[in-house]
Amino acid sequence: MFIIKCPYCGERDHSEFSYGGEAHIVRPKQPTELSDDQWAEYLFMRKNIKGLQYERWNHAHGCRQWFNVGRDTSNDKIHFVYKMGESPPK
Amino acid sequence: MKNKYSIFSLIKNAFSYHENWQRAWRDPEPKKTYDAVIVGGGGHGLATAYYLAKEHNLKNIAVVEKGWIGGGNTGRNTTIIRSNYLWDASAAMYDHALKLWEGLSQELNYNVMFSQRGVMNLAHNLHDVRELKRRTHANRLNGIDCEWLSTEEVKKFCSIINCSPDIRYPVLGSTLQRRAGTARHDAVAWGYARGADSMGVDIIQNCEVKGIKRKGDSVEGIETTKGFIKTSKIGIVAAGHSSVLANMAGIKLPLESKPLQALVSEPIKPIIDTVVMSNAVHAYVSQSDKGELVIGAGTDAYISYTQKGTHEVVEGTLKAILELYPIFSRLRMLRQWGGVVDICPDASPIISKTSIKGLYFNCGWGTGGFKATPGSGNLFAHTIAKDEPHKLNAAFNINRFVSGDLVDEHGAAAVAH
Repeated sequence: MFIIKCPYCGERDHSEFSYGGEAHIVRPKQPTELSDDQWAEYLFMRKNIKGLQYERWNHAHGCRQWFNVGRDTSNDKIHFVYKMGESPPK
Repeated sequence: MKNKYSIFSLIKNAFSYHENWQRAWRDPEPKKTYDAVIVGGGGHGLATAYYLAKEHNLKNIAVVEKGWIGGGNTGRNTTIIRSNYLWDASAAMYDHALKLWEGLSQELNYNVMFSQRGVMNLAHNLHDVRELKRRTHANRLNGIDCEWLSTEEVKKFCSIINCSPDIRYPVLGSTLQRRAGTARHDAVAWGYARGADSMGVDIIQNCEVKGIKRKGDSVEGIETTKGFIKTSKIGIVAAGHSSVLANMAGIKLPLESKPLQALVSEPIKPIIDTVVMSNAVHAYVSQSDKGELVIGAGTDAYISYTQKGTHEVVEGTLKAILELYPIFSRLRMLRQWGGVVDICPDASPIISKTSIKGLYFNCGWGTGGFKATPGSGNLFAHTIAKDEPHKLNAAFNINRFVSGDLVDEHGAAAVAH
């Protein structure tokens, strides 16, 4: 259980949000030219990190905006929040 | 086996007030080299070591475990065993496990308290009825016992279920697998540990793997907190932490690790003598021999390695339980806990070789690995020893995510499994 600071609405309980999985997985620009291995990599393979993970959340029961979060998956502590299209803070 | 357990050993030890029982397995320091090392001392890992020693004649085997054996998901599940899966590949594999369960106490000379009390899967809407009837037929075509019960038969088989047509999700029928049931989770780990140890397997606890050493495309050994161990075959059975170990070897797996919760009530007199699962409202319940109701809740949506989940998940499950069993409304919950489960996109496991020679993975059991423990170990041992899958786990290879030949049990096998 944790609190997420929505960049648009401020701090809210995590139950207002939907999880959108690992962030920065870019859809291939030329899908027709992809091999089966590359498709598998894009569709299924995940880092599933224990530690700091960049992930997407949607404020589903609020402003309904998507944004990115840097969360430590070993203790659910959120280190930073940044908007879609931005690169993660170092 | 050196100290065979029997009625006579029980009587003999009773005379010395049960103070002279020998320890069931040794506590060795790791050797420098092993023929095979199993990473993960849960039920699946210990079963793998047991069958490697017993059926494949490998004697120089170690199981390394970062905590204590059976202390991970083996000790954190709701102990339900069944094999009523929809697809042929799953049905064959899970029924292989169920058949091994049926003889396991004798096989291990250890009472795993396997109780074939039946598992029901309730239907709450027309779609459930169609899906579950389809599954009943599919099971019977695969030689797996499964029956369809009408609402009246549900009431007769388990009288405390609220079968009123006026509840939010009324009970429209149920499947019943009579051979299914429960077992004692600790006993499975301890029984396999004792059996493996008696054949010379070294079970090394408090030994965490810190790195996997590769030479080109094959493995050389593992770095652990107790030093380097050389081996040419590494079988990884690390459940929620599979991806962490895969990262050490430089490969990626199609897994996401999420917390799954369960809880038990205060102990009460016997009231429910079967296992009732309900997928549509996500509630399942059975009663332990101590009298506690054992209740399975769901997973949280996000990746987390914390072994604790959110309160909303527990609340949702308990709401459903109370609607189905109003008789439990004044029960108090005694304990709640979470386990980290590794979920595959198709909700089927991976028991497979990898692109690295000598590196094998048994993972992705998600929310339903306990039932498969003997079969999983048996098939994984075959895969490691022969360097090729048994025909029962051929479909569960890692390459299916590239070929697209998935074993899609997500909707088919019941959400809670």
